[in-house]
Amino acid sequence: MSTYRHIFLFVSLLLVFPAALSAQDNSDCLACHEDKTLTKKVGGKEISVFVDQSKLALSVHAANKCIDCHVDLKDSDFPHKEHVDRATCTNCHQSENKDYAESLHGRASARDDKLAPRCQTCHGSHEIVPVKSPKSAVAPLQIPYVCGSCHHEGSPVQVQRHIPQANILENYTESIHGEALLKKGLVVAPTCISCHAAHKILPHTDPRSSIARNNIAGTCTKCHAAIETVHRKIIRGALWEKAPHVLPVCVDCHQPHKIRNVYYEQGMADKDCLRCHGNRDAKAANGRSMYVDYDELQGSMHSKVACSQCHTQVNPSFLRPCEAITSHVDCTICHAEVGDQYRTSIHGQLFAKNDPNAPMCTECHGTHNVLGHKNPKSPTFAINVPFLCGRCHHEGKKAAVRYTGTEHNIISKYTESIHGKGLMKSGMTITATCADCHTAHHELPHSDTASSVNPKNISSTCGQCHFGIEEQFNKSVHSPLVTRTDKELPTCNDCHTAHSIQRTDQDQFKLSIMNTCGRCHTEIAKTYFDTYHGKVSQLGYTKTAKCYDCHGAHDILPPSDPRSHLSYQNIVQTCKKCHSGANRQFAGYFTHATHHDPNKYPWLYWSFLGMTALLVGTFFFAGVHTLLWLPRSLQYRKELKKKLSNDV
Amino acid sequence: MNEKNNKLQFQRFTRLNRVLHILMIVSFISLALTGLTIKFSYTGWAVILSHLLGGFESAGYIHRFFAVVMVSTFITHLVDIARMKKREYKTWRAMIFSPDSMIFNKKDVQDFIGTLKWFVGKGERPQYGRWTYWEKFDYFAVFWGIFVIGSTGVTLWFPELLTAIFPGWIVNVATIIHSDEALLATGFIFTIHFFNTHLRPEKFPMDIVIFSGRTSLEEYKIDRPAEYKELVERGELEQHLVEPYPPIVIRVIKIFGWTALTAGFGIVLWIIYAMIFAYR
Repeated sequence: MSTYRHIFLFVSLLLVFPAALSAQDNSDCLACHEDKTLTKKVGGKEISVFVDQSKLALSVHAANKCIDCHVDLKDSDFPHKEHVDRATCTNCHQSENKDYAESLHGRASARDDKLAPRCQTCHGSHEIVPVKSPKSAVAPLQIPYVCGSCHHEGSPVQVQRHIPQANILENYTESIHGEALLKKGLVVAPTCISCHAAHKILPHTDPRSSIARNNIAGTCTKCHAAIETVHRKIIRGALWEKAPHVLPVCVDCHQPHKIRNVYYEQGMADKDCLRCHGNRDAKAANGRSMYVDYDELQGSMHSKVACSQCHTQVNPSFLRPCEAITSHVDCTICHAEVGDQYRTSIHGQLFAKNDPNAPMCTECHGTHNVLGHKNPKSPTFAINVPFLCGRCHHEGKKAAVRYTGTEHNIISKYTESIHGKGLMKSGMTITATCADCHTAHHELPHSDTASSVNPKNISSTCGQCHFGIEEQFNKSVHSPLVTRTDKELPTCNDCHTAHSIQRTDQDQFKLSIMNTCGRCHTEIAKTYFDTYHGKVSQLGYTKTAKCYDCHGAHDILPPSDPRSHLSYQNIVQTCKKCHSGANRQFAGYFTHATHHDPNKYPWLYWSFLGMTALLVGTFFFAGVHTLLWLPRSLQYRKELKKKLSNDV
Repeated sequence: MNEKNNKLQFQRFTRLNRVLHILMIVSFISLALTGLTIKFSYTGWAVILSHLLGGFESAGYIHRFFAVVMVSTFITHLVDIARMKKREYKTWRAMIFSPDSMIFNKKDVQDFIGTLKWFVGKGERPQYGRWTYWEKFDYFAVFWGIFVIGSTGVTLWFPELLTAIFPGWIVNVATIIHSDEALLATGFIFTIHFFNTHLRPEKFPMDIVIFSGRTSLEEYKIDRPAEYKELVERGELEQHLVEPYPPIVIRVIKIFGWTALTAGFGIVLWIIYAMIFAYR
């Protein structure tokens, strides 16, 4: 349309509707704008200024007057000025406008960025229907297209402006969110604005942004409200929101736009880190090598974990993202349970006290080369555990020198023990290692009641492997569950030792048991050695009754208990184990007899006394006789010699 | 006395007596060694010895074997006595009251008193006969010992059997009696008997008459004047004179004697050590 024709139209309108000059009804505007051919030229481009009244009537703004939005035309004469300002939404939509003004889009618009979207860009103009209407331009199903109109790959915005994400629309479409919305028609599925906000769209580097690192969890939990319960290994309580700097945030694992229920290529790509850390000469200011062997990392348990998932403080907005790092890697962000155990262990307690000897996760597990405990190359593999613990606990090493208890040379003793031989010589990886008794992460001194090796807990610790024994023991007289006493009751290690545990079918153990029991049962052990059983044991032979042969080993009960091996009901059977001809009276043999107690064992006492009297008496008389004889005999010998020489 | 008589020796013990005594020595020492390893099991010596003997079970078999040997020796002797009675005395009474009897008699009391007087210089050496009172004491000590140790030993050998009749504690009592009687027997034999027969200065270091059975006439005349006198009076001396053993036999006897003596002394030292220094 030529300028001429344009002016002509204005003039004719003025002639036809003189009343319009003052009334300014919508009809006044539509008088001209109803014409489908009405155009105007902006910046050399002809654009339609036709207003479809049917659409306007259906729109949410049907009740509004044109000048409510086209405020600059209020009270203007007809024909109105040629350059008309944009319709403004601000009068009514103040808060949205405020958000918009602060947003990326708003600020771009303010600086006259030609690509900046305005209200109309998304919402349309005269045809705006309620947002909730499926016909709305910003209805959930439309949003990806609305946003995608500018943010699709290859668009001027993607090409010319700094948008850190690529293939946004495609990725979203394929994501679990996009699939739900676009393929399944789930209108509650998140759209662009669910995460980025509708109006206050801000870059993720802006701390106010809904997708800023510190806010992303809050954004995602708007929908995934209960994610903490299902992600509890990673998100310890409320820490996720309270301390997002130490935890990986949602997008560290679930990449924005590509969100699936599986891990995707990570946000802060490992290759970014390896640009520097892949260099063998990379060194810290203090000379420490900062080289990371990526192949080693790839072979580790963490091959699927990105650098930034552990080194969470990295910030891609820095040239060197690692510049933001201020603290050590915290493994507990994923290994939360283990972390809790470690913190209460003696290792963790020492670490909390800044003790230089305190081992951290990496001391045992390594750093980038973390291998699972099932990997034979791992220092935490069963067979390697004694060496691992021995690094500090070997006699003379840093942990051993600060130890004040009675267990010494534990590593070498363990190596010679049944457990150590089973593990290190027979390669039985199920054999108890240090960690099986002391736990892997919750080591505590035996004096601590929470310790796995505390006397209170040791039977259940051993019972983990020695099934059934614990049950027997718990019913025995030695169990605190049975015997209530102030005296110390024995537990597994009191008889079997802690680190030098021997096979119980070997002589050394069998022969030492009497002294072991004798540590507490002093008198009864002594009297045992007065009997044939004890004497044969003392000679170093095991084929004779020892404490446990009669009393039982783990199921010791007082003879008064009918279940005891030595009860009236069972004792003959017990004797019969060795003495096949044993009978009731045979079982009356005193296996702990002493001839020193006239009240308890009068027969023995008097027999012994009688025999001793006989012995002393005989030797006394014979001795006197002999002693008298000796000097006389010496003299007699001389006399004899004399006599014999005289005879000759 | 002619040249021949001068060379001849007086025979005091029969061949059977000597064999029985050798069996007695061997079984006694074996029983002592094997038994004392149990009694003194708390000494290092016992442990070594027990292992040398092939373990406590093996030692037990040796002990029981020689127990049987000793009891058999004892029974053989009893049979021999019975035969001797039949051969020489006809009645027990004659045998018991003969001057050569092993039973204590009036002369033994006189000899004992006379000996004590002689010891203190208040009299001459008594005119001892065929058997002196201390020899008779040793002899009957064996009877007592065989009875006491034998009966308790059987109890310990077959406790299941014995407790079918007696209460269990008799095994304990048997242990005490067996062990203390053994101590008495070994202690007595290896000190008092050794002194009385071998170590007293006029016989030192040993009297091999129990092995050779024969002694020089001079020695015999001095040692047992009463018997000598009686034999001469009855003109029976010649019957008891025999040729001495050749030196090689004497040598063997001495080696055996020394071995037994050494074993005995060793055991005594061990007993002293165990009772005084290692007792617990």
